[in-house]
Amino acid sequence: MIELNGASQMTSSTPAVSLAGARLAYGDRVLWDGLDLDVAPGEFVAVLGPNGSGKTSLMRVLLGQQKLTAGTVRIAGAAPGRGNRSIGYIPQQKAIDPTVAVRGRDLVGLGYDGHRWGLGFSDMRERRRQVDRVLEAVGATGYANRPVGLLSGGEQQRLRVAQALVGDPTVLLCDEPLLSLDLAHQRAVSALIDAHRRESGSAVLFVTHEINPVLPLVDRVVYLVDGRFRVGPPEQVMTSATLSELYGTEIAVVRVRGQIHIVGAHSDLCEDGSHHADELVEH
Amino acid sequence: MSNLFDFALTAKLLGLPFVVSALVVAAVLGLLAGVLGPLIVSRNMAFSVHGTSELALTGGAGALLLGWDVGNGALAGAVVAALVLGLLSRRSADYDSVIGVVLAFGLGLGVLMLWLYKGRAANKFGLLTGQIVGQDFASVALLSVCAVVVLGLLAFLYRPLLFASVDPEVAKARGVPTTALAIVFAVMVGAATALGVRTVGSLLVLSLMVTPAAAACRITASPLKATLLAIAFAEVSAVGGIVLSLAPGTPVSAFVTAISFLIYLVCWAVSRVRRRVA
Repeated sequence: MIELNGASQMTSSTPAVSLAGARLAYGDRVLWDGLDLDVAPGEFVAVLGPNGSGKTSLMRVLLGQQKLTAGTVRIAGAAPGRGNRSIGYIPQQKAIDPTVAVRGRDLVGLGYDGHRWGLGFSDMRERRRQVDRVLEAVGATGYANRPVGLLSGGEQQRLRVAQALVGDPTVLLCDEPLLSLDLAHQRAVSALIDAHRRESGSAVLFVTHEINPVLPLVDRVVYLVDGRFRVGPPEQVMTSATLSELYGTEIAVVRVRGQIHIVGAHSDLCEDGSHHADELVEH
Repeated sequence: MSNLFDFALTAKLLGLPFVVSALVVAAVLGLLAGVLGPLIVSRNMAFSVHGTSELALTGGAGALLLGWDVGNGALAGAVVAALVLGLLSRRSADYDSVIGVVLAFGLGLGVLMLWLYKGRAANKFGLLTGQIVGQDFASVALLSVCAVVVLGLLAFLYRPLLFASVDPEVAKARGVPTTALAIVFAVMVGAATALGVRTVGSLLVLSLMVTPAAAACRITASPLKATLLAIAFAEVSAVGGIVLSLAPGTPVSAFVTAISFLIYLVCWAVSRVRRRVA
């Protein structure tokens, strides 16, 4: 069923996400302007850039939490309104309070029907079936009944993926989902997201400050720097020439064993380390 | 207190109509507190419940002074307080201090109004520590109507409310109106708190609204089980507290708080042992 669904989406010509002449500015400060981007169903697009370049704001625009200053945006066949059910969302890994009485399976279940009114007794069976299906898919069945707050960051983030996938989204928005995970979990979580888009043909928009964990999966990159941006396949965008132009200073892109390392002028190029807190300024 | 084990006296008092209506009130209150409690605990709202109950006291004291119905006054005070606290973001850094500021002022106002009131002293004391006499038909009816409204609303809002309580960021991204829900929930809690003020008193309403749910959340992580356990704990505390207080003639709240605290201690111990074993 999933494959059929995916196949029909793949052949459809409507992009999953479409931005045209998009501009976002806070007062005088322009985050980006003239942004045109069509994401095809099944495409994996990474959104990169230093802190404050508007990565998270782009995510907020697509979720309908932030209005564009100019231009148009469509996502999953509609204007971004609050709560398009065809959109799955994976946030940054954040520790969940251990005292909150909620199990992994409840967290995933909320992704299935947490937006619906009423108690939902009539739908209990289907809910359980769907929740079990995605828990199995992300390999979280073993700890699905344990309190979420007592799980590790990697386990919590697998549950987040399950929570986003349970609604069979046609667009998956991921906002730094690998942040604060170790290498093994980074690989595991990005592989889960990749497997889903290959099976179901859903488009993936993946905000990250670190491209290497997802580099083999990425079809295109949106690189945002100080109001300038470049869109294209990684081998075209992630080059010394392009990034030097974007940053307006000498940048060297070094490829080592399939990984990309950026050596450049300022230390805040932010290809490593965790500093997402700075982006709160944008909100 | 020497009458605590005078079961004959307890049995005799249990037959009195006002005691029966007090027990009905306690049972309804236990149900409300048990259902709302786990959400209060997951939203970290214990302190705001306390603030709301203090302002229910202010409303009740104002009504007493003006010769209005105390129950309605408490309800009005609590709902206004809940609206004010609900409009503040619970994530904002100064949330707790704002509650403290509002609570202190409201309490001061309440004390002034109680001092100005020249009627029966027991009426004043009752607002603080609860009283089971005076649960007349009107107050039972008010409580029941409020309980039905709150429970009905909660059944309708339950899933988005749980989503917004345990996972606000994703809930918002999925289109759950988290801000509106926070305000509605605060008003529901305010109504339930105001009703609790009459029976267990404003100082001890936490023992019904928070303690049973906090105890339940210690031993289960399933929202359904936590709710059922919280209802059971709140019923045992509220009804049990009244029955035990009959013979010695002590304020109801003394026993209600003692029972709920005991339950909490047991649950805490169970969770400690479990964690050590696991």
